[in-house]
Amino acid sequence: MDLLIAATLNSGTILALASLGLLINEKAGVLNLGAEGMMLCAALAGFAAVVHTGNPWLGFLAGAFVGAAMAGVFGWMVIWLNTNQYATGLALSLFGAGISAFLGTGYVQEKLPDVGQFSLGALADLPFVGPALFSHHPVVYLVMLLVAVLIWTLNRTRTGLVLRSVGESPHSAHALGYNVRAIRWVAVVTGGSLCGLAGAYVSTVYTPLWVEGMIAGKGWIALALTTFATWRPARVLLGAYLFGGVTMLQFHLQSIGVDVPSQFLNMMPYVATVVVLVLISRNPQWIRLNMPQSIGKPFHPGT
Amino acid sequence: MLKLEPRGAPSQAWTLGSPVLALLVTVLIGVLLLSSLGKDPLAGLRMFFWEPINGLDAISELLIKATPLLLIALGLAVCFRSNVWNIGAEGQYVMGAIAGGGVALLATEDSSQWIVVAILCAGAMGGMVWAALVAFLRDRFNANEILTSLMLVYVAVQLLSYLVFGPWKDPHGFNFPQTKTFEDATMIPRLFEGSRVNIGFALALLAVGAVWVFLYRTYAGFAQAVGGMAPAAARFAGFSARKTLWIALLISGGAAGLAGALEVAGPIGQLTPYVPAGYGFAAIIVAFVGRLHPVGMVFSAVLMSMFYIGGELAQSRLGLPKSITGVFQGLLLFTLLACDTLIAYRLVRRRTEV
Amino acid sequence: MGLPRLSLQGITKRYPSVVANDAVHLRVEPGQIHAVLGENGAGKSTLMKIIYGAVQPDAGTVEFNGREVRIRNPQEARAMGIAMVFQHFSLFDTLTVAENVWLGMDRGTSLEQVTSQISETAAVYGLELDPQRPVHTLSVGEMQRVEIIRALLTRPQLLILDEPTSVLTPQAVDKLFVVLRQLASEGCSILYISHKLHEIRSLCDACTVMRGGRVTGQCDPRKETIGTLSHLMIGSEPPQVHVGAREPGDTMLEVKHLSLVREDQFGVDLHDVSLAVRAGEVLGIAGVSGNGQGELLRVLSGEDVRASAGCVQLEGVDVSAAGPAARRTRGLHFVPEERLGRGAVPALSLALNLLLTRSESVSRGFLKPAALAQQAAGIIQKFGVKAGGPQALAQSLSGGNLQKFIVGREIDAQPRVLIVSQPTWGVDVGAAAQIRGAIMALRDAGCAVLVVSEELDELMELSDRIVVMAKGRISPSMARAQADASKIGLWMSGLWEDSHVEA
Repeated sequence: MDLLIAATLNSGTILALASLGLLINEKAGVLNLGAEGMMLCAALAGFAAVVHTGNPWLGFLAGAFVGAAMAGVFGWMVIWLNTNQYATGLALSLFGAGISAFLGTGYVQEKLPDVGQFSLGALADLPFVGPALFSHHPVVYLVMLLVAVLIWTLNRTRTGLVLRSVGESPHSAHALGYNVRAIRWVAVVTGGSLCGLAGAYVSTVYTPLWVEGMIAGKGWIALALTTFATWRPARVLLGAYLFGGVTMLQFHLQSIGVDVPSQFLNMMPYVATVVVLVLISRNPQWIRLNMPQSIGKPFHPGT
Repeated sequence: MLKLEPRGAPSQAWTLGSPVLALLVTVLIGVLLLSSLGKDPLAGLRMFFWEPINGLDAISELLIKATPLLLIALGLAVCFRSNVWNIGAEGQYVMGAIAGGGVALLATEDSSQWIVVAILCAGAMGGMVWAALVAFLRDRFNANEILTSLMLVYVAVQLLSYLVFGPWKDPHGFNFPQTKTFEDATMIPRLFEGSRVNIGFALALLAVGAVWVFLYRTYAGFAQAVGGMAPAAARFAGFSARKTLWIALLISGGAAGLAGALEVAGPIGQLTPYVPAGYGFAAIIVAFVGRLHPVGMVFSAVLMSMFYIGGELAQSRLGLPKSITGVFQGLLLFTLLACDTLIAYRLVRRRTEV
Repeated sequence: MGLPRLSLQGITKRYPSVVANDAVHLRVEPGQIHAVLGENGAGKSTLMKIIYGAVQPDAGTVEFNGREVRIRNPQEARAMGIAMVFQHFSLFDTLTVAENVWLGMDRGTSLEQVTSQISETAAVYGLELDPQRPVHTLSVGEMQRVEIIRALLTRPQLLILDEPTSVLTPQAVDKLFVVLRQLASEGCSILYISHKLHEIRSLCDACTVMRGGRVTGQCDPRKETIGTLSHLMIGSEPPQVHVGAREPGDTMLEVKHLSLVREDQFGVDLHDVSLAVRAGEVLGIAGVSGNGQGELLRVLSGEDVRASAGCVQLEGVDVSAAGPAARRTRGLHFVPEERLGRGAVPALSLALNLLLTRSESVSRGFLKPAALAQQAAGIIQKFGVKAGGPQALAQSLSGGNLQKFIVGREIDAQPRVLIVSQPTWGVDVGAAAQIRGAIMALRDAGCAVLVVSEELDELMELSDRIVVMAKGRISPSMARAQADASKIGLWMSGLWEDSHVEA
């Protein structure tokens, strides 16, 4: 059972990280459909970094950097060149899939050096709760901290207010003198770095290997998650753990040999995504009240 | 310093010129990439742009590859023009392959050639049903079609895997995950003797004409376009948003499904886990590079096929991973989107204000 | 006279298709209420954006309190003491009043301090406002108060107001003027942008007139007449629209006890709305926008079909559930207030835009391009639309010309009932006169016309009868002869129960 909880937290952490990153840029009004591509490239970068240096933290740094860089290019295109946000995000995902497969061919058989177990000292020795909750990779705890930081920043600080206003009505924010484009770009790059972090976590901690396409749609699920959570950080975390639970259930059922073909079990996370999307979208009022109004719409200061 | 200034009206010249510029930039980057990997860039250029059109056999292969890309892209163009973002064409393609393959498996040695019609119809229906799911979820529950159609791609791929590993596995196939090879009767008829090109290509060209007429000469096509460009105007005119949604998805689902059936009963000849070749995603690029215009997409489909074939050649002759195709395709879309900026904006040199 | 508060010399600003400001001079004294008068498109908004720092001039100098300055962005303008109340509010719907005001100020004050400052300032100037309310719950007049308070909290030396009264009832306008006079007496200069001659004469002590991007005159409006001001503004007397008397015919459009919950949560519910329009008659709906006009119009046009059976009747036939196309077949045509995006598709040609409401050039589902182009050319010629031909894109036309095309498109269909919303908003005076003339001609030919407009002057000119819409309800109707601005103003606040007038 403690292993199941651990699996849930692990899997959920990936989704939560990516989804929180996407939340930040969506709050500013930019929809980045390139999450999958960014995560794939970051996963490769992280894996390669650890293979070459043996330092797991460099892996995370590499992943975050790659995510930020790709998001930076994407951001430049949709914010300054005013390219279509949906198409550009898609292009990012397609390109990311291609280039990570291309550059990663050399790493397919590589193994990562052993990084040892993590634990929170004495807490980890508590019966049951110890292994279940307190023996995780630091990034798992980082995500929880991140949620708290985000909630506080978005609701209580001027920075958060400015970010939300840019997402609500960029023209009004511009009229008040805020540099809408710069603010959006910073949000996009920050979001991209978190997606990159998530990607690196997948390839260096969750399943320490490299295989092309290994993100397997988690970037897309993370996108759905921000909508499902109506753009609130705490709900994102909850939703991510829920999905983590579904993934965990799928593996568990396979391992205990339940008599369902494995492919149908594999479908579970994707079907679950569709179900939650349906559930949350049924009430357009919730969405309207919580969704940053300018998502997807281009902004040019001259108009 | 250089600044972007909005134009009064979109530039006609750049609407046509942007894809050309994008291609040039992509080629340039490709040359740099090949050089940095220690490969001869000229050889690379030859493989991507000369070999695929060198000779009748090469052109046949080019057209065979272009057929599914063109078909799917035609459907996607209708979708994107209606502002319906069907990203899951790959899933509809797979379901078309499954449906068409399922009918093909029913054939026996004595089946008449007319079973091909049944296969193709089944394929189109399979794709339509899968797309109808997306339409239903958006129509009834307001669920975003980008995410639902994409999730259904993963589901479709798993379904295919289940079928070829399970109930549809060839009992005489040495336990490989594949169906038996389809009977001869199911093979899509060739267009000419001596070439592998089949009627699928003719169908695709017919579809080009049909889509052109639909988009530019029918009232229904006009309604689709308005729905995509200005939803408030569509409502004002009385065009049903629901109808726009369903028509867009059914057409693109049908086209993708048809492409799937054509591939499976044509070049591939059986169902395998490798049926999903990414055509559904490449078709998105074909649609954009072709400016969402039926005739433009003929050219961009051929261009994409050249990338595919060039990638295969690069793998066998230069030792490069086949995924280089994906790199170039993604790069082309990126550069196209960037160059498209020049349609709506012009670059000017402005004195920096003190 | 000491140093002027603001002095603009030779300000010029060019855009790709138009010269918005051409060597403009402007001089505002301290404590002066200075009007900038001009019709739509004269360049007033651009000039204000330059003063406020949102736009940079191509040439010319700006002097503030005698010193030459370069205002590079709104923050610098605010720091200097220049504040602006926008015509289209820069507010964020989902944030509270206090948060909105805070965003409009520079760093340094905390949210708590701003909240208490809001309450204090509101009390001093008599502008009631609850700082904790989310902006989307406010009425349009209250939203303007937020803008004004936001400006006042920066302790401005120069306050710019851009067309502030289009969203106010006549009574609220009077209250606003009291606030402005108080401010001016404290030494704050006020730049008042408007095209409303009555208001400028009653409020302002100086006036600069603009036309076509240039300054055409300076005067003291208190010493001028409406005629002379109008002459300065458009170069001639305001064109008179001849309104002939006419006996109205049968009831063509009838709304009976329509009640409807709003579609959009930021909208307005409709309560027991009833009205009737007869052939050969113009019924005007007065009222500040945001009181349910949009919702009512969507029900009438067929864009909203949720009305209960029997609520909307065309010549006695129930059309409550019929869509726009079905209603057009019965002779009901509609000109919406949003031209680009609703009345026309910006990126399509005029010929194709014809297809939105006219299907004469469609045969069995197929388009006939030649017939369509000819049809469009006919409308362009008949209504004097200045465009590059039927293939010109809708977005390439000026506001006035596009409106002429859209109105022309509907009138050319020879409707039995025509509904028009804000017929001349944002349209230059010449085109506006043409449009009003066309509407009157239609009425004379026996069409039933329903006009919704924020401009009371326009309604008084065009309508045979007037009703007022307030908070989702419709007042009893009154004949034009019995209508006067102050009674209508009262009714705009919904207070028509006491005075009962039958037309």
